[in-house]
Amino acid sequence: MLYVLQQTLNALQLGSIYALIALGYTLVYSILRMINFAHGDIFMVGGFVCFAAATYLQLPFAVTLLLAMGCTAILGAGLERLAYRPLRDAPRVSAVITALGCGIFLEHFVLWLSPYPQHVPALLQNQTWSLGGLSVSSIQTAIVAIAVALMLVLDFIVQRTMLGLAMRGISMDMKAVALMGVPVDLVISSTFAFGAALGGAAGVLYSLAYPVVDPYMGVLMGWKAFIAAVLGGIGHIRGAVLGGFLLGAVEILVTAFLPSTYRDLTVFTLLLMLLIVRPHGILGRPTLQKV
Amino acid sequence: MHVNRRSGILACILAATLAAACEKASQVPTVHIGLIAELSGDLPAVGASSRTAAEMAVSQVNDAGGLTIGGRSYRVELAIEDNASKADQSASAAQKLASDSDIVAIVGPNASLGAIPAAEIAESSGMVMITPWSTNPKTTLDTRTGAPKKYVFRACFTDPFEGRVLARFALDTLHAHTAAILYDQSSEAPKSQSELFKTIFAEAGGTIVASETYTSGDKDFSAQLTKINQSAPDVVFLPAYYNDVPLVVQQAKRLGIKAPFLGSDAWSSPDLIKLSDNAVEGFYFCNHYAPDVATPEAARFVRAYTETYKRAPDDVAALTYDAFGLLFEALRGAGQVDRRATRDALAKIPTYTGVTGTMRFPEGSGDPIKSAVMLQIRGGKFVWVTNANP
Amino acid sequence: MSTPKLHAPSHRHRKGMLPALLAGGLAASYLLPYFGVLSPYVQLILISVGVNIILTSSLNLVNGYMGEFSVGHAGFMAVGAYGAAVLSVNVLPYGAAAPWLFPLAIVAGGLAAALLGCVVALLSFKTRGDYLAIVTLAFLMIVKSTLENLDVVGGARGFLGIEKLTTLPWVVAWSVATIWVIRNLVHSRYGRDIQAVRDDEIAANQTGVDTRRAKVLAFSVSSFFAGVAGGLLAHHLQFINPRMFDIAKSTDMLVMVYLGGIGSLGGSILGATIYTLLLEALRPLGAFRMMLMPLMLVLLMLFRPRGIMGMREFSWLLPACDRDAREAAASDVDKDGKA
Repeated sequence: MLYVLQQTLNALQLGSIYALIALGYTLVYSILRMINFAHGDIFMVGGFVCFAAATYLQLPFAVTLLLAMGCTAILGAGLERLAYRPLRDAPRVSAVITALGCGIFLEHFVLWLSPYPQHVPALLQNQTWSLGGLSVSSIQTAIVAIAVALMLVLDFIVQRTMLGLAMRGISMDMKAVALMGVPVDLVISSTFAFGAALGGAAGVLYSLAYPVVDPYMGVLMGWKAFIAAVLGGIGHIRGAVLGGFLLGAVEILVTAFLPSTYRDLTVFTLLLMLLIVRPHGILGRPTLQKV
Repeated sequence: MHVNRRSGILACILAATLAAACEKASQVPTVHIGLIAELSGDLPAVGASSRTAAEMAVSQVNDAGGLTIGGRSYRVELAIEDNASKADQSASAAQKLASDSDIVAIVGPNASLGAIPAAEIAESSGMVMITPWSTNPKTTLDTRTGAPKKYVFRACFTDPFEGRVLARFALDTLHAHTAAILYDQSSEAPKSQSELFKTIFAEAGGTIVASETYTSGDKDFSAQLTKINQSAPDVVFLPAYYNDVPLVVQQAKRLGIKAPFLGSDAWSSPDLIKLSDNAVEGFYFCNHYAPDVATPEAARFVRAYTETYKRAPDDVAALTYDAFGLLFEALRGAGQVDRRATRDALAKIPTYTGVTGTMRFPEGSGDPIKSAVMLQIRGGKFVWVTNANP
Repeated sequence: MSTPKLHAPSHRHRKGMLPALLAGGLAASYLLPYFGVLSPYVQLILISVGVNIILTSSLNLVNGYMGEFSVGHAGFMAVGAYGAAVLSVNVLPYGAAAPWLFPLAIVAGGLAAALLGCVVALLSFKTRGDYLAIVTLAFLMIVKSTLENLDVVGGARGFLGIEKLTTLPWVVAWSVATIWVIRNLVHSRYGRDIQAVRDDEIAANQTGVDTRRAKVLAFSVSSFFAGVAGGLLAHHLQFINPRMFDIAKSTDMLVMVYLGGIGSLGGSILGATIYTLLLEALRPLGAFRMMLMPLMLVLLMLFRPRGIMGMREFSWLLPACDRDAREAAASDVDKDGKA
């Protein structure tokens, strides 16, 4: 029982990071129907900003988090402006490939700055509490708490603000919304900024839990988070959160109760089976296709 | 048709880049050595260390007036090729160097994934290749017959040797009765080492209580470590590359694992202690040399490297430096800049004392006989514990 | 949308271009190295180019002509590579007979990959778009993870002892065969079905197109040639390892397909050739190479969003009567904004 609880805690920590990154994919997807494959690398940049801020500037944790979110937000919006906006009327797969290219560029740009992995100094004092044999660390708690808080903020923005209303409108019909006087470009830019900021935040939280950053760390994380976003139903904000936590839980629990050698095999077979049963993800609904 | 015109322009650009990439001839008598390194791809840190050490080895020789071969002084020039840590690109890099008649020998690639295909090409084109870091036994063997390759050498020991050393160390020195293993199952050296460790440890009466794996790129090991913690081993064997180690040991600490960790030579980076926030304190690993009881060669190398690059060398750097030392020795012995003569001279070198100790190549084999050392991380430093001889 | 032509297309226009290319290519690839005109290095690069052309044009069938987004092509390639390698090492005898059994091993590897492609095609009946992308990704991961766990073929340490049977003439023959088969497929009525799936699946279904058959056909032919490319690569490098067939490999192929242009075999040939040659030519730049390559890709996509040849074709790759239909199809994809 204790073992199960301990593994559940592990799953929560991993899941919250997946969920934060997955949110970035889903936000962009919901309005542009485009997979931003550079998102995993934006997450990586967030980790490196965190490293730089903590090492060279020795900023406190909260400032580091905000700085990383700010930098990645600018990066996300900048990528949108320079690389994706000119392609908005092109086949959507062109933008996807451009995003892939931007991601590879970011990886190797950071690689050029630092071919060696870097250590992120402890941003928070870690304490491990023992609750009846269950070891709970303060970092674990902080990660889950901050991640959930950020998700709630995002949910509030999307559901309760004018900006959120505009985002939802664009996701339904971009042209109609433009006719109603919504500044579409601005809304799209800010969506990219929000998504990237969440990725940046995930990079900081990641560096708390796994304090080594390297230029390729976003590749696998990015793909996993993309899987999580699709699993939950891409374009659904709550689906991305659900998918993230689900993927984290499945990965940890499969390792916990089955031979870890077969982890990837089991996880991806489960994923396939889920997609056979629900071809549009857990929360996704089939989109109405007009002929 | 305008499609054709555009592709014509593209072809011109291509041709121009190709031409630009071609080498220029120089006036001073020069000996060209190829280096294939993992500058991009999965292992950029390996490539970076290998390149810096190679550049240092070459500039040291050139600063000392060049390499004297057959009474003439030659400048050494390095041709660096990136293999992107990929097998096919290693093959084309090796073939490119082999096709260039100026290149007399190759150092690298470091990882076995690239070294094995490159070795095939080196062997078939009759050019010496010394891999600094590839520990897979197959690199130096003919894959069909199992006989040693003629032209392929390495500067390091092999996986089976290291697995044996580590298992014996766990049994004899640490007096461990139970061991847990955590390794990257998609990576070749860790997999071989852990399998050997498993076999030898079990044969000697020890029990493997947990054998867990992960996949390259994983950052979360909490599930595996929680499982290992449950099995309460005396020692945890972690043959992992040094960017995985810090994450594993810190997560282990957080989960309350008290058993010491035992690591492979891939731990050997001065960054390890910093990256892992000292969570490796008290742990052991196998290495090619002991920096604290360094031989004069090693001390000189460590000092020069640290001065030049403002960071301490890791195992890849030391082994690359030795590979170059070995090659220079062979070139001097060959008396001429010739691929075949270099090979024959290299095979005849009785013993070579480099940074990573003394190596001796048995008749007809490219695998050096050299000893390994066991180090402990104590007080933020690598401290010599014992020697392990083959 | 384009009206599907149900009669077999005529091949009046520049008939015999492909056979000539095949014969000329074969003769050249055999004779040039024989007389020492091509250095081993150039031969090796040409082999890489050929293998990449096979990969790119086969991926183009699914991603370009059928309009799905498969990221699992490296998985099919792995199955072909391991299938062919196991056959040629463990089953077929060595010695004089081996070179003649080589195409057999390659075909067998391709068939194994095609079988897997059929399974993916079955899944694609219900799952589409980005969800199908995840299905193919999952397949890739399952293949890779299975190979890592199969100690019979060496697991993560890789499979060794493969004989060097891939030669330039073989690669030329297989690349031309791939292009020939895919060209004839996409211009046949089955090919029209495949393109109808891309243009509008529901409308295609309504007008009596068997979209399921089209999907099975596209996926199996595409994965067959991916397997062939894998087999050729295995017998070229003489060493394969599960890590060679990871997502990065698929990403490479995607880049080549979209660089060249979707729905265009000429584009696939150009994309694969340019990408491979540039990677090779820029090698001395070291880590900068991997900064320059994506930058060039992004710039190209910005100025030519459809890739170099997007939805267009060299006339020698195109039966004459199809030209007008192709132009119409191209403008149709524009309007939908999907591909």
